[in-house]
Amino acid sequence: MIDSTRPVAVRAAEHPSAARTARRRRLAGRATPYLFLAPALVLFVGLIVYPMIRAFQMSFYDWKVLAGATSTFIGFDNYARAMGDPVFWRGLANSGVYMALSVPPQVVLGLLIAMLLKSKSPSQPVYRVLFYLPVVTSWVVVSLLFKYLFADQGLINWALADVLHLGDGSTSWLSSRWTALIAISALGIWKGIGWSMMIFLAALQGVPESLEEAALMDGANRWQRFRVVTVPAIRPALAFVIVMLVIGGFNVFTSVLLMTGGGPGGQTEVLLTYMYRQAFTNLDFGYGSAIAVLLTMIVLVLSLAQMRIFHGTGQEEG
Amino acid sequence: MRSRDRTRTSSVVARHALLSVGALIMLTPFVYMVSTSLKSQAYVLTIPPQFIPNPATIGNYVQVLTTQNFVTYFMNSVVVSTTATGISVLISSMMAYAFARFRFPGRELLFRLVLVGLMVPAMMLIIPQFILAKQLSLIDSLQGLVIFYVAASISLNTFLLRGFFASIPRELDDAMQVDGANAWTRYWRLVMPLSTPALATTTIFTFLATWDEFAWALTIINDPAKRTLPLAIQLFQGQNATQWGLVFAASVIAVLPVIVVFLIFQKYFVQGLTTGAVKG
Repeated sequence: MIDSTRPVAVRAAEHPSAARTARRRRLAGRATPYLFLAPALVLFVGLIVYPMIRAFQMSFYDWKVLAGATSTFIGFDNYARAMGDPVFWRGLANSGVYMALSVPPQVVLGLLIAMLLKSKSPSQPVYRVLFYLPVVTSWVVVSLLFKYLFADQGLINWALADVLHLGDGSTSWLSSRWTALIAISALGIWKGIGWSMMIFLAALQGVPESLEEAALMDGANRWQRFRVVTVPAIRPALAFVIVMLVIGGFNVFTSVLLMTGGGPGGQTEVLLTYMYRQAFTNLDFGYGSAIAVLLTMIVLVLSLAQMRIFHGTGQEEG
Repeated sequence: MRSRDRTRTSSVVARHALLSVGALIMLTPFVYMVSTSLKSQAYVLTIPPQFIPNPATIGNYVQVLTTQNFVTYFMNSVVVSTTATGISVLISSMMAYAFARFRFPGRELLFRLVLVGLMVPAMMLIIPQFILAKQLSLIDSLQGLVIFYVAASISLNTFLLRGFFASIPRELDDAMQVDGANAWTRYWRLVMPLSTPALATTTIFTFLATWDEFAWALTIINDPAKRTLPLAIQLFQGQNATQWGLVFAASVIAVLPVIVVFLIFQKYFVQGLTTGAVKG
């Protein structure tokens, strides 16, 4: 950059008008990156960063929705209220149950399918598409679909009673807390397996075949090879999948809203449905914001932990 | 040797058996959805369930397409998704180009700020965004959907594209610069055409995300004429109680474009997932 401007500067010294053009060009050159950034940055700062700050600010107010009404600063009252609010804790617990029920199967089954699909065969792409199909399907559609499958007279009850002979098929899945959480988790698993499978498949391509063969020579059986060769090699992907699924578990919203609406009587409320109800049904924007901030804190801590894990392993490898 | 061959064959068989069972479980809900969309109301919840509708009817599809304003909702979704995707990919790629090709004061800081957008859950912002949309008179408008969808997709798109742009040899830029090409020309005529795979990935991801988006649309759209498909389908189920045949006829119509896009461009999905995840 400096080298290329030098001849211009020399010329500029000889001709004052050239100096002006050169300066203008240099200024324009300096402005160029900002011009490229400007459109996206304006939208991003205005519609993402600013609301982020606002959410934080609003959580300290008794926020009045009506125009003209004054909102009063109430410090940590909204947070104190959340700490003493049984529905908030139940929402957190339900989010936890959802994670406990849906994350392990997505990891284990996703990895199992990826292992089965690892070797290239003509049928591999077909299976890959089939398992990935739920991932690309809209949450609204699959939530309604599972609501229908888990209906009292639905396919699941019929399959349990008449095909598998488990129980009498009269479970009213969506009208009590635990069975509803099972149904919602079943949807989460079904929709999410394809994603973890895809990440694991990509990671497995990076496992050196020579290691696998060396272990085979040493007489290691399949399980030993998996534990000693595969798992260490895909550890970063494993960590990534687990953290993303846990974060995704905290973000569960549409499926709960459409399958149970948080009901009956708030029993299946998760953090986000409760936040949404506080804000847009009860119009308590301050309290809703406090719940949103608490949720974000949890997610940020998890994200930072994940980046730390990544960074660590990245350095080991590099 | 022979016994080893036999265990090999049996393991191949076991592998296929496991995979087919899994695939069958994954596929059954879809098949059953299509099946129900072809049933009349009397047959949607029967024990034992009908997998092959008898009698089959396209009545639900006819009703959805003729009496329920469904064409309007479909067009709303098409307009919102394509506009938001086009704008987002354009301005995100410009931003990514700035991050990948220029050194300027504040670059690290700004890039980190953009990355924060990847970590903050979209739902966290919904309350202040609603207030903002109200102040900007964007409630009940498709523009209000588009502009916020664009904003929400900038972080991921910029992140994916910057990585790809950085992998294009800088010498090509330098050569063009020597020939007198300015930054815009180098971006538009050199880097963009070379980045088709990454642009395809971001385009597809953004399109799908906007096509399926529900929470924001639910929050700012009240006017029935402005509904998008996810919103329409959800309200549809509310209004028609257990008219599952209708609900799923509408769902099939909404899901079909997505599945077609996915089947055609699936290679770019894999690329996007792996650059966005395993490397990042």
